[in-house]
Amino acid sequence: MSQNISRRDFSKLLVSGVAGSALGIFGGAKPAFAAKNRVVVIGGGFGGASAAKYLKKLDPSLAVTLVEPKETFFTCPFSNWVLGGLKTMQDIGQTYAVLKNRYGINVLVDSAVAVDAAKGTVKLKSGAVLSYDRLIVSPGIDFKWGAVEGYSEQAANTKMPHAYQAGPQTELLLKQLLAMKDGGKVLICPPGNPFRCPPGPYERASLIAYYLKEKKPKSKVIILDAKEKFSKQALFKKGWEKRYPGMIEWRAGTTGGKVTKVDPASMTVFTEFGQEKGDVVNIIPPQQAGKIAIDAGLTDASGWCPVNPVTFESTMHPGIHVIGDACIAGAMPKSGFAASSQGKVAAASIVRLFQGKVPAPPSLVNTCYSLIGPGYGISVAGVYKLSAEGIVEIPNSGGLTPIDADDDQLNEEASFARGWYNNIVQDIWG
Amino acid sequence: MTACLISSATLTTGSDLLAAQKAATSSKPAAGGSSARGQILSLSCSSCHGTDGKSVGIIPSFYGKSPQYLEAALKDFKSGARYSTVMGRHAKGYTDDEIRMIADYFGTVWQKNK
Repeated sequence: MSQNISRRDFSKLLVSGVAGSALGIFGGAKPAFAAKNRVVVIGGGFGGASAAKYLKKLDPSLAVTLVEPKETFFTCPFSNWVLGGLKTMQDIGQTYAVLKNRYGINVLVDSAVAVDAAKGTVKLKSGAVLSYDRLIVSPGIDFKWGAVEGYSEQAANTKMPHAYQAGPQTELLLKQLLAMKDGGKVLICPPGNPFRCPPGPYERASLIAYYLKEKKPKSKVIILDAKEKFSKQALFKKGWEKRYPGMIEWRAGTTGGKVTKVDPASMTVFTEFGQEKGDVVNIIPPQQAGKIAIDAGLTDASGWCPVNPVTFESTMHPGIHVIGDACIAGAMPKSGFAASSQGKVAAASIVRLFQGKVPAPPSLVNTCYSLIGPGYGISVAGVYKLSAEGIVEIPNSGGLTPIDADDDQLNEEASFARGWYNNIVQDIWG
Repeated sequence: MTACLISSATLTTGSDLLAAQKAATSSKPAAGGSSARGQILSLSCSSCHGTDGKSVGIIPSFYGKSPQYLEAALKDFKSGARYSTVMGRHAKGYTDDEIRMIADYFGTVWQKNK
């Protein structure tokens, strides 16, 4: 993902963003010495729940309210394991009891429907209005319905699930896979960049192939990709050769991969080269920032939210921080880990700003595991810093599992993938 | 007030801002007693290693370890002297000074929980 801003624009953005923060403290509508500084967090996923927890952990005196419509949040990470039969939905459901009871966060099962940046208020679906001194918006993604002709929300809910927000969508795709006949064809259709979880569709292909090889070995998975290349490509292709020879076919965008239209009734997808019928069709449509970010005027023409990379404060509205998939974070991918890392940086920055201190330069990390099958894991790591060009990966660090990794190392990575999940959800919701 | 410095028009580039921030934050204690920089470098480690380094799964826990132990371990991962699957890739992202700040943070954070 490129930053797409000039060096000069970046510098302006950086300074104006922090100046906005300074105004928020010293010249804004709120009294600087209020009894309790109030932070409202919209969204209880990897970004928002991390921010809420770490705000309270770093400064227990803050009044933190977390607004999340779902009582149980199903994580996208490991939802592919559910599709492969290696985890259950229950295993990937996270709840808010600890954040509420142990950390004293005011968790509201509700949705934000409007933000008034000038007044510093958030209106909820229930009708309640919350006032904030700082707002964190972590709404994840929304889909661009209609970007693929014929693909609507209704099509996703009935015939062709996206399964790219875990929950009922994951269950629908799982149900279809279980019902499919041996010898069936599964189509997975990922979008162009940028999108949530770049290795996600390919881990999905791997774990669906795992299930099919065990139970329905005459079946096939075809990936019709809008892109010319994909995350961890060489590692995935090697893994597919080793574990599922002949079962997974990948087509690049310019060689007939790009899906332009679907017909849910006949389970057909159309590409520039022709059409393909699937027994199970998983369309992962193009994405943009979650709806509330768009409604609140936090997005730019790209559909994502520009932020100051020190504090993740919006460059559109001072006092509002945007983290996770919805924000534009330079070289960082849109991943749950990245969202959590950004949530912690935003939390630490907000604590410093309330204290009238300058936030520390950010340090950000991403670590994503993908499972090719049981005992076969691969990973990508990234360490990021702020430069004059924005958030960049630190040279000569991070990177992928070596392509020549031996079976022991791949097995170890698969174990660490489980360890990763156990700790990241504990660190955020536990 | 340090924050006023940031709103000053004299800061015109990202590099200037970074320099100002480093000067303002490198040695000042944050809420936890460690430096603000040490804190921000350390917070992401807990995603894999558990909150405050207390792991609940197969990934090694380092809760309760000394700063000296942690610094030596991180430097060995960075140089490759110690085998790892992913830790070396992470450790290479930090300077020796940053490694010391991370070691100080996690080497002392558990003492405050006692």
